[in-house]
Amino acid sequence: MYHKSFPAVMAAAGLALAGVPAHAQSVDETVNQIFADSTGWFVNLIFANFPGTSFPWIVAWLVIGATVFTIYFGFIQFRAVGHSIALVKGDYSDPNDAGEVSHFQALATALSGTVGLGNIAGVAVAVSIGGPGATFWMILAGLMGMASKFTECTLGVKYRNEYEDGRVSGGPMYYLSKGFAELGLPGGKILAVLFSIFCILGALGGGNMFQANQAHQQITGVVGQYPGWITGLVFAGLVFAVIVGGIKSIARVTEKVVPFMGLLYVGTALVIIAMNYHLIGWAFGQIFAGAFTGLGVAGGMVGALIQGFKRAAFSNEAGVGSAAIAHSAVRTKEPITEGFVSLLEPFIDTVVICTMTALVIIITQQLVIDPQTGLYLLNEAGNGVQTVGGTSGVGLTSAAFGSALSWFPYVLAIAVILFAFSTMITWSYYGLKAWTYLFGEGETKELVFKLIFCVFVVIGSAASLGPVIDFSDAAIFAMAVVNIIGLYFLMPVVKRELDSYMGRLKSGEITKFV
Amino acid sequence: MSEKFVVGYDGSVSARRALEFAVERARAQGGSIVLAHVLEWSPYSFLTPNELEERHMRRREEMERAEKAIMTTVVAELKDAGVPVETVIRYGNTADLLGKVAKEVNAVQIVIGRDGQSEIGARIFGSVAVALVQTSPVPCTIVP
Repeated sequence: MYHKSFPAVMAAAGLALAGVPAHAQSVDETVNQIFADSTGWFVNLIFANFPGTSFPWIVAWLVIGATVFTIYFGFIQFRAVGHSIALVKGDYSDPNDAGEVSHFQALATALSGTVGLGNIAGVAVAVSIGGPGATFWMILAGLMGMASKFTECTLGVKYRNEYEDGRVSGGPMYYLSKGFAELGLPGGKILAVLFSIFCILGALGGGNMFQANQAHQQITGVVGQYPGWITGLVFAGLVFAVIVGGIKSIARVTEKVVPFMGLLYVGTALVIIAMNYHLIGWAFGQIFAGAFTGLGVAGGMVGALIQGFKRAAFSNEAGVGSAAIAHSAVRTKEPITEGFVSLLEPFIDTVVICTMTALVIIITQQLVIDPQTGLYLLNEAGNGVQTVGGTSGVGLTSAAFGSALSWFPYVLAIAVILFAFSTMITWSYYGLKAWTYLFGEGETKELVFKLIFCVFVVIGSAASLGPVIDFSDAAIFAMAVVNIIGLYFLMPVVKRELDSYMGRLKSGEITKFV
Repeated sequence: MSEKFVVGYDGSVSARRALEFAVERARAQGGSIVLAHVLEWSPYSFLTPNELEERHMRRREEMERAEKAIMTTVVAELKDAGVPVETVIRYGNTADLLGKVAKEVNAVQIVIGRDGQSEIGARIFGSVAVALVQTSPVPCTIVP
């Protein structure tokens, strides 16, 4: 579904291909082959279609989950936004807790794990396969996903472990095992173990190999083609320095630059949209028309819907359970407050940032329209919309931004590399938490996982995108299978927390500190 | 009622000068010293997931270290000298919190040292002294 693709400005890259040493090619190819052979069955299972349709069951699973939570909590994502923002601002934070993890910090860290390639590359895939209409379904999925995130992050805080030495550990593996035990339900432990296994795979896949892979694509786009394992080694070295060496400075620089890059990205997108203000109405027209008719894309309306939902889920991870791990460290007496805060995450990630990417691609008219019929032309393979430069993935986003601001692809390349790196750091932590849940804490055990993680950075850079993205998606969605089962059983717990909190908020028992 | 002098104290040489200045005044007026140590902290800073996990532990460590390394010796010293003293350790913005502490304890004055930052540095990064002068609820003395 992806091709190795590069921004137009980087076209010269292809010329360097001939200069790649033969032995390096074979390393990459071998890695690729082994990888595809060993993960194919898992991918097929997760992405199996409903019999007789081309609708993957996993997409329905996520959407049904999000819908159930949205209705069960009475459209909490729309009712609570004002309160969520007040919480993030710190209006309800006890000043005596200064120096502890604030709502803002938990949200920012969780966001740095989700904002990244999903917003740049994933959205480009969605609109290049599903057409502009995919944007509509993506936004809808983002809005619904806010309720899933609300549920899982509340549980993450409620059932976290607080250790003697002051450290905090939380996440689906803890709420699945402790929450089920509390309710007297069987099977919590099994779900927790399954979740942990999938979380480790997800950390190595979407949280690592996919990121390394795309970072390599970006670098080769700028400096010319060279073997992926070289990028892999450099990245693995940096990741090693941070997660094993504990070199805080590298992590700190990334954590500071990434939010800036995020703002720059959204700001630039807004500028490009403003530059084409006369097309804004038309772009939204395309999005709505495409959402319900497909406007000629492969798979029609259903194709648009599947792509939109799938990429939204991959980008904001709502229902996946990953963010619950990061959110659970917050300092609060009320678990539900972190639920309120976390529901902003899919909004920022999907409804704002992903939509920006999609609008820029549509508004700069990267998707080729047949002037006679007004429908989108299909590419040669017939599996997606024809784009101006034949680009897809990051390349398409880059070309779209580049067509308006010629220098932006360079900034984007840096942004992608930094996003990839920060996502890797965050996911290495998620994976580690799952790992220690399974095997127990201990320096040697943790080191083993960290080393495996670094090795996979190299594999991810060396393998070609097709098998990597398939596996990444599959592993992350497998987490959602387990997590959402758990959420269904535990949602009454969240409901009780919500009702009690709302009651006290109304009665004035819970008040602002400032 | 004894008059309270809030001293912004971080163990530095300039803070030491401020303390000496305040102790002299307090003793003359039969007042007491409130030793305030602020750990610079913003709830809007960015942390890695690992830092989130360890934050509570680190905070405890930082408070203990501040108490032990900075406060304890000075408290003993002042008690020997016969000046009543209390201590406050807070997280946040230094100037902002010194003002708040002064209000809470009903202080008559805040005394801080100046670390001889260059003028241009102070202009660019701002300084505690300047911020405090702008916002302090009570008179301020800045000891050079």
